Amino acid sequence: MKYLDEYRDADAARRYADALATLVTRPWTLMEVCGGQTHAIVRFGIDTLLPPQIDLVHGPGCPVCVTPVELIDRAIAIAARPEVIFCSFGDMLRVPGTEKDLFSVKAGGGDVRIVYSPLDALKLAKDNPTRQVVFFAVGFETTAPANAMAVHQAKMLGIKNFSILVSHVLVPPAIEAILGSPNCRVQAFLAAGHVCAVMGYTEYEPLAKRYSVPIVVTGFEPLDILQGVYMCVKQLEEGRAEVENQYARAVRQNGNRPAQDLVAQVFGITSRKWRGVGEIPESGLCLRDDYREFDAEQRFDVSMITAEEDSECISGLVLQGLRKPQECPAFGTRCTPDRPLGATMVSSEGACAAYYRYRPAPSARPLATLGKA
Amino acid sequence: MCLAIPGKITQITNDDPLLRAGKVTFGGIAKEVSLAYVPEAQVGDYVLVHVGFALSIVDEAEAQQVFDYLRLIQSEDLKELEEATAP
Repeated sequence: MKYLDEYRDADAARRYADALATLVTRPWTLMEVCGGQTHAIVRFGIDTLLPPQIDLVHGPGCPVCVTPVELIDRAIAIAARPEVIFCSFGDMLRVPGTEKDLFSVKAGGGDVRIVYSPLDALKLAKDNPTRQVVFFAVGFETTAPANAMAVHQAKMLGIKNFSILVSHVLVPPAIEAILGSPNCRVQAFLAAGHVCAVMGYTEYEPLAKRYSVPIVVTGFEPLDILQGVYMCVKQLEEGRAEVENQYARAVRQNGNRPAQDLVAQVFGITSRKWRGVGEIPESGLCLRDDYREFDAEQRFDVSMITAEEDSECISGLVLQGLRKPQECPAFGTRCTPDRPLGATMVSSEGACAAYYRYRPAPSARPLATLGKA
Repeated sequence: MCLAIPGKITQITNDDPLLRAGKVTFGGIAKEVSLAYVPEAQVGDYVLVHVGFALSIVDEAEAQQVFDYLRLIQSEDLKELEEATAP
């Protein structure tokens, strides 16, 4: 596929790795924020190509992983109602709540459906006027425009039997929470390319300055990630801390203005709990008053449901880059994608699931998938 | 989750600003995609699509820069190497 295959060229990847080996003079720790990047790094063995001084740690950018357990419990309570068609992206269905997951609601007769887009859920609402259609609106800034549009269209078209359960989170406050932690060992960030395709990257400039960290907006293919790492390391070696854009084919400095405008019209900023991390101030989105009638938490009165997290799961440490998945005693034994203890093992983009899938024998197949789309 | 795939617009199917949509092909697979956030996108443009929404038009000129940058850093490496080994 055009604009995909060419960025998986094995020869160019090796040349980037060689250039990095020439560039680096001492150890550096970089964090890729987005779960999609984590998945690509582990799938293509990019970390095994890098010189040993460069450590890639995996960030909190998997929205499935950071959705707090109480929101899963609220989703389960709504999905179990007989009048409800509960729609979600597929990844959310196996995330464990306190007692069960959404799949077990489906197995028990609940009408739980996997959709590709929130607009598919809106169409279901149009086609089923006697049912309540609820969409589990999970995601970062990348997904917010889609969910904003679904709610806005529902309002404009007068579709009353549609609502969304909002679990929207934002990247910059999470980066700030990691940088502000006394345990922080991250020295540079690969910023999430598709989040920046929507939001642009000017909001990262104060962070780069305040914490003296290079932040490079980076794409998702192997060569994108290798170039992003190179640009970060070059800044670190030269003592610079700036925001740079590796992913200019998709990301403009000011992002997508029409998308930002509708997101700002539909959603306001709120504090959100992040699974494994805790509450981060002003780190998420909630529906504004003009759109509050589409808030599933209010419509089904589930905001009283609260829950605490399982103590054995170390996903919070994984999500902050303080631990690698294999350092967890439950990894691959008591915790597997079929029976996950925490969300980082559930989502295909979670760091634990990526290691489980692609690292059965450590370093067994670096480069094996590169060059073959 | 933030996966977005590049595809080519082959047809505009709705030009109402709120409901702007088109057919986008991804290596032969065609899908109806909202173009509401890329009002300037036209047939023939490549767009990055996430959960049924085009979020950005792929810039053809910038698409080469990952290779241009590699050539540049390799030529710098070569220069350093030559300087280091010069008599």
